[in-house]
Amino acid sequence: MRYTLFLHYPEMSEEQLGREALEAGMEAFRAYAEALDEAGVLRSAEVLQPSTASTTVTARDGALHVQDGPFADTKDQIGGSFVIEVDGLDEALDWAGRAPSATWGAVEVRPAAVRFVDGSWRPA
Amino acid sequence: MIDADARAVVAEVVARSWGRLIAVLAAPTRDLALAEDVLGDAVERALATWPRDGVPMSPEGWLLTVARRRRTDVLRSAAQRTSVPLDDADADTPAEDLPADAFPDRLLALLFVCAHPGVDPAARTPLMLQTVLGLDARRIASAFAVPVPAMAQRLVRAKRRIRDAGIAFRVPDRARWGERLPAVLEAVYGAYAVGRERGRDADLRGEALHLARLLAELLADDPEVLGLAALVHLAAAVDRPAGAAYVPLDEQDPADWDGALLAEGEAHLRRAAALGRPGRFQLEAALRSAHTARAATGSVDHEAVRRLSAALVRVSPTLGARVAHAVAVARVDGPRAGLALLDEVDAPPTFQPAAAARAALLAEAGLDATDAFASAIALTDDPAVRAWLERQARR
Repeated sequence: MRYTLFLHYPEMSEEQLGREALEAGMEAFRAYAEALDEAGVLRSAEVLQPSTASTTVTARDGALHVQDGPFADTKDQIGGSFVIEVDGLDEALDWAGRAPSATWGAVEVRPAAVRFVDGSWRPA
Repeated sequence: MIDADARAVVAEVVARSWGRLIAVLAAPTRDLALAEDVLGDAVERALATWPRDGVPMSPEGWLLTVARRRRTDVLRSAAQRTSVPLDDADADTPAEDLPADAFPDRLLALLFVCAHPGVDPAARTPLMLQTVLGLDARRIASAFAVPVPAMAQRLVRAKRRIRDAGIAFRVPDRARWGERLPAVLEAVYGAYAVGRERGRDADLRGEALHLARLLAELLADDPEVLGLAALVHLAAAVDRPAGAAYVPLDEQDPADWDGALLAEGEAHLRRAAALGRPGRFQLEAALRSAHTARAATGSVDHEAVRRLSAALVRVSPTLGARVAHAVAVARVDGPRAGLALLDEVDAPPTFQPAAAARAALLAEAGLDATDAFASAIALTDDPAVRAWLERQARR
């Protein structure tokens, strides 16, 4: 089964975090992605820019509305995502628990329903 | 074979094998609702054909074969555009000579699925009662004092989550049992506890005994599993029948107790103790046993009760355990020692057992217990206990 691991955590600037902590975090994410890759379960991985770089769009009433900032202005934001393919929830939870940011935020484990491959939607 | 006999065999097979068959049928798709549907269909077919054609050699095997065929039809139908491989790991087991106690691992896996941390804790016991024992939502709802639609909804949601979140039908590795088994024990105990708390008409005592026995058969080398089986048996042995007046355990007539259940409970407790790893359920069972031993010895060893309740507080410091410990201390060192300990527990004012214990100990110490009895009575929703407290308050 395919799962997306959404990393939620409070955003901190480089100054708030400090050079050393930032480097330690990057090193931890490097090791984590390598472990996923070596286990053959990693499908994609992205760490995002801070939500201050987000732009949010709606077209609910037919007209395009563009707003600066994230969709939900909350303390915790989505900081990145990993897509993995494993046997079931227990394995996905194990990987989620090993994500470096699990110690300072939350990791949401969400199963995929369908995905678009070779021109059509199919069961994930 | 006459009709009634064949029907009785169907009922008997359902009672003894429902959970195993559900476990096998649900494993490849993780779809419990589908497994229940197709097994239900197979049971209906059995009721229609067995009286006419006779009971097959292996009733379980017959039901499984018919249910699997039905499952394949459902999954192949146009509505279901899934590509789930139906490679049952047990497909090489010829269903024709399936023994009634086949698939112990599948059944155990189902118990772990029901109590998985990804399943709503409030749905775990109901899910076990429905999928393992085949109880219907109406009966479960009534036992839990929840409206039927609400309970049905809770069960449907939990099953959908198990299927969609990908909770595998697999017994977790032994290394994980420390984190996963307690929830299974808790859910089985929940079946007993709910029967005690709520309306006695929908008493689940028999179902709780069934689940506890089943688990003890499947995991006979786990001391806490045996401890749970001991606890449920020892507790059920002294349960008062519906509508009976409340009498505290130490004042009951041992002749009213169920000797067979007590003996079975003691046997589980001995097997657990022999494994040499005490835990919460074993201690709770041992505490019960220290009280019910009066049936043989004529008196309660209050020193043993105090020691066991102190040990229980150490491994499981719940409010209930700490209040029981204060009462046990009072039995040995007097009511004032018990009251001092009760003050330390600092239970919220709405916790009925603490209020009742305080009232009893105040009265015993010759102090004014009027207010304490009033609050204990106000917090009681069991009419029999309330009547007993009212009598005590007047003494």
